[in-house]
Amino acid sequence: MTTTTDAFRFDPARFLRNGAGGHGRLLGLDYHAHGADWVELQLPYSTDQIGESETGVIASGPILSMMDMATSMAVWLKLNAFRPHATLDLRVDYLRPATPGKTVVGRGECYRISRSIAFVRGQAHDGDPDDPLAHVAGTFMAPEGYL
Amino acid sequence: MTLPPYADLLGLSVDPDDESVLIMPFADGVLGRPDFLHGGAISGLMEMAAIVAVRQALAEEGGGRIKPINVTVDFMRGGRDKPTRAQGVVTRLGTRVANVEATAWQDDRSKPIAAARLNYLIARP
Repeated sequence: MTTTTDAFRFDPARFLRNGAGGHGRLLGLDYHAHGADWVELQLPYSTDQIGESETGVIASGPILSMMDMATSMAVWLKLNAFRPHATLDLRVDYLRPATPGKTVVGRGECYRISRSIAFVRGQAHDGDPDDPLAHVAGTFMAPEGYL
Repeated sequence: MTLPPYADLLGLSVDPDDESVLIMPFADGVLGRPDFLHGGAISGLMEMAAIVAVRQALAEEGGGRIKPINVTVDFMRGGRDKPTRAQGVVTRLGTRVANVEATAWQDDRSKPIAAARLNYLIARP
């Protein structure tokens, strides 16, 4: 039997452990869960990510970073293949401040892939998925194409 | 102006030539894929530059607290192994809302690597 691309399984936990150093490691980003077209990452509370010293609320940048990575990995999961791509744009609505001391969980989902553009969305919460703190929508582009 | 701990985490400093410009050095902690800046770090830099701009504009009108409403980032070029600068421009400072545009660039300011639009809620004293 010949092997097909179906034999490839993109493993987000392994990818995060081995491939994603740099900024992900600086933020302490970790794998949480995944499905066929979504990934959940987690961002532990850290005082060095505080954006407002008076309140202890973390800056919005680390949440955007996590959602960028979660949505990016969701594209590879939906494709069931790795393709080099880059974020074209990302919008984040900050629904409420993250609670100081709590881990933030970010869920990124890929809901549509065209020849060169992948469309993503996601939400972040700090314990209760029904009480999200951020909502994101964005696109990725694969210079060599997805399909 | 004191920057929050997150700015220190990114290694940000104020440009000695222009105090409205922030500089982020190229370092392992702000990388995404190998040899390129992480989009989230570039966004974090622009958000800090936007906050500096809003705080500055508010200070001239008696100060106030700000809360982020949303941010939309366009990524235009990969961030390479060199320092990145960012500046925020307040396009409108209203009673309750500030609209800000921020850009990030490396060698050439006319070739931004990313741009962001940010909206802030303002609470005046």
